[in-house]
Amino acid sequence: MTTIVRRAVLAGLAAAALPRPALAQGAHGRVVVVGGGFGGATAARVLHRAGVAVTLVEPAETYWACPFSNEVIAGLRPLSAQAFGYDGLRASGVIVARTKAAAIDGAAGRVRLADGSTLDYDRLILSPGIALRFDALPGYDAAAAERMPHAWKAGAQTDLLARQLAAMPDNGTVVLSVPANPYRCPPGPYERASLIAYFLKTRKPRAKLIVLDAKDTFSKQKLFEQAWKALYPGILDYVPLASGGQVTAVDPGAMTVATDFETYKADVACIIPPQRAAPIAAAAGVADRSGWCPIDPVTFESRLVPRIHVVGDAAIAGAMPKSAFAANAQAKVCAEAVIDLLAGRVPEPPKLINTCYSLVAPGYGISVAGVYRPDKGVLADVEGAGGTSPVDSPDTVRRQEAAYAEDWYRTITHAVFG
Amino acid sequence: MRSALLLLLLASPAAASPPGASSCSGCHGAPGGAVPSLAGQSAEDIAASLTAFRTGARPATVMTRIAKGFSDEESRAIAEWIAGGGQ
Repeated sequence: MTTIVRRAVLAGLAAAALPRPALAQGAHGRVVVVGGGFGGATAARVLHRAGVAVTLVEPAETYWACPFSNEVIAGLRPLSAQAFGYDGLRASGVIVARTKAAAIDGAAGRVRLADGSTLDYDRLILSPGIALRFDALPGYDAAAAERMPHAWKAGAQTDLLARQLAAMPDNGTVVLSVPANPYRCPPGPYERASLIAYFLKTRKPRAKLIVLDAKDTFSKQKLFEQAWKALYPGILDYVPLASGGQVTAVDPGAMTVATDFETYKADVACIIPPQRAAPIAAAAGVADRSGWCPIDPVTFESRLVPRIHVVGDAAIAGAMPKSAFAANAQAKVCAEAVIDLLAGRVPEPPKLINTCYSLVAPGYGISVAGVYRPDKGVLADVEGAGGTSPVDSPDTVRRQEAAYAEDWYRTITHAVFG
Repeated sequence: MRSALLLLLLASPAAASPPGASSCSGCHGAPGGAVPSLAGQSAEDIAASLTAFRTGARPATVMTRIAKGFSDEESRAIAEWIAGGGQ
């Protein structure tokens, strides 16, 4: 506690001793945050609250949240429930530059914006999210995604997939393809499978869902499989890698999805392709050959370019998964580390938590949680902590976790964007 | 001077969260939701809850799994930070 008190007193004294403009230009330095999702918007808030001069660079006026977008696809909630703006951040005093970061010069500490202007930084926090890899699956490119939506970035794609499902023949076939690791939201495809199956069961009971997976094991697997067996027998057909589940090509014209073993004809095809960090990460030099960004687990500073920190889905965060909760938690730790570094202090090793809920049906929620700490240069699980909901939980627990999921979404979106 | 320092402490929690503490507001927010708000809870109550979750004395779905990741000392530091206005 001594350290904590000392740090807080020093921070407070510094804040009291200097008027804010001087503080912004002086000892606390300039920070630019690129990307206004759960990670970037959180980092900007924490930095601003601490008196650091921070600019959030984000071209979109509306952020479409991915958590709960599977409910939109299944017709259980409106797309508008996923839309968030930046007025809340602006109202709290955060400067939001509504433009795109066109280039990042890590050596000079400079971000060039799409309008040609530049922002100099002492520290940069990059939270750019993912890019869909349109070079990784034969037949699947940006045009194909308009016929076979990925819906892995919420918004227009979410709406497109929801409309396709609603318009599908009553006895139609839905094919959902799942990529190999790593990708955004490990349990997300299985929540999507569950809620599409729920949609079919309640709206088109003669239809079928085929899930083609490039893996044999996945997050919350026992819980999902238990729920599928109980809720969706005869509707949801799961094909793992070992049974030929890996998709090798798609044909959006013919609406076919091919594996090494079989070609599936789909009325609706949701293709979740392999992913990587958004292009600005590679342009800044912080993405490695995997397409993702290695970071120091204490500060989230890039292993490749000094003074650039990477949080959220784009980062390689060891055992920590790519989730909205993780992005939010990482952004807080990273922002605090940046505040320390700007003040000449050595950041202390953090611990981080992740909690991730999935809905397998309305009122039926399951979860996984984890606690992480830096260990041997990566974020590692704290042994003995975390894990999934018990497989044998009664209905009351499932209902409770569904309620927690709703409440988590309300809380985190309000904290980040509200 | 003491009260001035206290005000400064309360005003500047951002750079001073103990390990794990800043993750809590990912779920615990405004009153009235399914997840209990921590606002207004004393450090003693929060620390006692974390211990009870860890030992299993207090059943829960998620917090039993998370609390096992923190020692008594860490739990105490988290509780004091949150009770002091950290978020």
